[in-house]
Amino acid sequence: MEQNSLLTYLILIPLIGSILVLFIKKEQVNLIKYFAVGLSTVAFLLSLVIYFQFDSNNPEFQFINKLEWIKGLNIHYHVGVDGMSLLLVLLTTFLTPLTLISSWSSIKDKVKEFTFFFLMLEVGMLGVFISLDLFLFYIFWEAMLIPMYFIIGIWGGKERVYAAIKFFIYTMFGSLLMLVAIVWLAVYAIGPLGYFTTNLIELYKVAPQIPMNIQIWMFLAFAFSFAIKVPLFPLHTWLPDAHVQAPTAGSVILAGVLLKMGTYGLLRFNLPLFPEASIIAAPYISVLAVIGIIYGALVAMVQTDVKKLVAYSSVSHLGFVVLGIFAMTQESIQGAVIQMVNHGLSTGALFLLVGVIYERTHTREIADYGGIAKLVPVFSFALMFASLSSVGLPGLNGFVGEFLILLGSFQSPILNSWWFTVFASSGVIFAAVYLLWMYQRVVFGEVKNPKLDGLKDMNAREIFVLAPIFIFIVWIGIYPTTFLKVSDKSTAKVIKQIYHPVKVSPVELGLNQSSK
Amino acid sequence: MFINFQEFFNVIPIIIIAAGIVFSLLIEMYSKKSEVFLPWFSVLMFLAAGLHSLFYTNDVSIILQGMLATGGNVNVFHAIFTFGAAVVTLLSIDYIKKYGAYFGEYYIIIQTSVLGMMLMAAAKDLFVIFLGLEIMSVSFYILAGMNRKKAGANEASLKYFLLGAFATGFIVYGIALIYGSAHTTSIDFITSNFNELTKNLLFIAGILLFLIGFSFKIAAFPFHMWVPDVYEGSPTTVAALFSTGGKAAAFSAIIAALFALFNGPAGNLFTPYLAVISVLSMFYGSIVAIAQTNIKRMLAYSSISHAGYLAIGLAAGNHEAVAGVIFYLAAYTFMNLGAFGIISLLEGKDETNLDISSYAGLGNRKPLLAGLLAVLMFALAGLPPFGGFFGKYYIFIAAIKSHLTWLAILGVLSSAISVYFYLRIVVLMYFKPSENDFAIETNNNAMIAIVFSVLLVILLGIFPGTLIDLVTKFI
Repeated sequence: MEQNSLLTYLILIPLIGSILVLFIKKEQVNLIKYFAVGLSTVAFLLSLVIYFQFDSNNPEFQFINKLEWIKGLNIHYHVGVDGMSLLLVLLTTFLTPLTLISSWSSIKDKVKEFTFFFLMLEVGMLGVFISLDLFLFYIFWEAMLIPMYFIIGIWGGKERVYAAIKFFIYTMFGSLLMLVAIVWLAVYAIGPLGYFTTNLIELYKVAPQIPMNIQIWMFLAFAFSFAIKVPLFPLHTWLPDAHVQAPTAGSVILAGVLLKMGTYGLLRFNLPLFPEASIIAAPYISVLAVIGIIYGALVAMVQTDVKKLVAYSSVSHLGFVVLGIFAMTQESIQGAVIQMVNHGLSTGALFLLVGVIYERTHTREIADYGGIAKLVPVFSFALMFASLSSVGLPGLNGFVGEFLILLGSFQSPILNSWWFTVFASSGVIFAAVYLLWMYQRVVFGEVKNPKLDGLKDMNAREIFVLAPIFIFIVWIGIYPTTFLKVSDKSTAKVIKQIYHPVKVSPVELGLNQSSK
Repeated sequence: MFINFQEFFNVIPIIIIAAGIVFSLLIEMYSKKSEVFLPWFSVLMFLAAGLHSLFYTNDVSIILQGMLATGGNVNVFHAIFTFGAAVVTLLSIDYIKKYGAYFGEYYIIIQTSVLGMMLMAAAKDLFVIFLGLEIMSVSFYILAGMNRKKAGANEASLKYFLLGAFATGFIVYGIALIYGSAHTTSIDFITSNFNELTKNLLFIAGILLFLIGFSFKIAAFPFHMWVPDVYEGSPTTVAALFSTGGKAAAFSAIIAALFALFNGPAGNLFTPYLAVISVLSMFYGSIVAIAQTNIKRMLAYSSISHAGYLAIGLAAGNHEAVAGVIFYLAAYTFMNLGAFGIISLLEGKDETNLDISSYAGLGNRKPLLAGLLAVLMFALAGLPPFGGFFGKYYIFIAAIKSHLTWLAILGVLSSAISVYFYLRIVVLMYFKPSENDFAIETNNNAMIAIVFSVLLVILLGIFPGTLIDLVTKFI
């Protein structure tokens, strides 16, 4: 097979970088910062190279790099991307340098350790999106918890310890059950294939043959782990704690990328590996997703803390993504993929803006603000822009994703009921209510809080961080085809895998094996 | 009876240790500088024996009229014991002065215990297992009470001795019953006639007694009562040896004696017993560890729960399980040695600073130590990409292959619980300010040993194939 090492380089850049950071003296704070930002920018440029070389007409995995790793278990270092994972890889490499720049002045303590963990986090996130071997995937999936745990626990807010432990144990608990399922799947493969394997591409052919009663359990083990990460109602309780306590950079990455790992997992593993179980489970999970949409929105409405409000809005928005995935039509899944990116951009921007203002006033209570439009016009404009993007104003990115998801779920043969769409649409209205109401209370009116006097507007660095995000928000809103076409063929392939799973007889597979 | 050259060559690791013990005794008697010289001699000896074992794993043979096996996984076990003992010795150099138990025999008794372990792993006859077990155990009883003036140490030693002797009684009784039914103590005979023999109830009873006796030695629930008290009362470095070498040796003996368990349907007879002690140990260890405030006791309970994970492998009883158990033991040995090593550095005179609150703020005070301990805690909790994770993974594969998926599920649930108490140490080190600024003196010897252990744990996690492929070759 032709090898392509670009993805390996992509993952090595932050990995080697984080190790090198350990050797820089901790007093040289600026050197560390420039180094990390420079390095993650290089990673972004490399991912752009991958993007331009990517053939979006090819539904298969590309840039495959497969090296022998654990011979006895037939485990390989096996990476590659298709349209869905490429978009998320781009999102990751795009957000990482921006968040590093955004925390330029807010992280004063232990910059070296922060940078180390942050780059490690990037390694873990990229690894999750590009792994094509379940064992490798699981390693990245779990290992990524460690840096995030430290980022919340060391640089977080008052309740950071509680939030960090809760985050860790919640996610760990879910993923351990997935580990058993992964092992079970690999052992199951011995039957039809004749050898133990965790190779995803081979398992795609084998797993759909698992008898229904077991397939359901396998589906649940994977789905449970991903649902915690998404988080799907009612497994979302770790999220507000983790989001609120994490430092700004942590929240941005958490909302922007980490949550997508859950939805990505559902799309990459659950649907193609266990298609029949997925079809059976789809209505139930969609109900939970719709509950999540409405519940998240209602709870967001009553929050007094801006950051918490944004956190609950994530529960609501991710509900849309899950609904899109389990509606199982081409439109809805395309919408889900683009909505993952959208949510990363708009919620990322909202968290960045909350961070900007928090750094100046050290409060996140909505009641402490009011009337800042006159004091900080640029900030107020940016907040408006990000809020509208999150609300789903036509012309901005959020609209595209939500529209496709609602359209797809309306036509879905699996859900077969337009009630899902009706209730989900109410989420869009609620989003307008809580975000615009928050905006009104924070930005308009008279300045009542004397502490707000002399509030400084966004500086050049902060504008520099947000500008690229806004460019993409508009771009996706006006001309989504650029992005939709990347994942088009890959999502079509998922649809095919669901409705026409490869049912290869053991004999045929046996022939494949002997021809190797 | 004479030994030909090849036989002699294959058994060199054991000879190195045995001869080294005699030589060390002489040094101790006649040299005034034995204090400086002995530990280094010990370390070199262990390394020589360990490296020899690793280089000649392919020389598989049975020697001394069917008494000892050499090569293959026996050598892998020998390497685990000797490298582990080398780490313990390095850790001890400064520790036992601080602890106030510098007696020349300390290092020599470590050597004898390692000799016992090596015999257990190499045994091809039940009596050799018994011989090795007693050499090891008696050495351990003495090591536990190394400081005669400390009440806690005496208690630990006595408790260990009484319960250990009790367990040995079970083992001997088991061997007697096995002999009674099989008319031999030759392991090869027992292995090849296992299916026949299990028709005899006496034989089954013998094997069960043998397993119960070893359940004490591996510290499995409900035979674990001695573990926390002995770990707490013994010198920290010695507790490190008990929890790693001692446990690994007991497992090596079970694998050596009962390889038939891993070979076929007759072995499944004992699966219920092994599965039950495995589940009980995992959960009891993980849950009770949460309530501990003394870090040595916490690690004692963690050791009980690790015995449970390892017992999953025994219950699974297939070839993957053997490989998994050996890999797990290798990883576990160095994780635990590293952790105990760091504890021994922080421990003050008179066994102070053993409370977990002493670790608060360590991340700021000693970044390197804290970083190493954090890696070890994550490894013990079974997180990738460290060695502990792969050990568990492999054992779960074995369990699922033997249709014991439920056991694997219970295993992961228990490790989810155990994450809590391992993480608590990390929380204290990094997220809490220091409460008590006691002096922490590190020394190069111990640091070398700890860094070596941590590097091994990381390498075993990232490149598990090297060891797994080696071990699998000989099963």
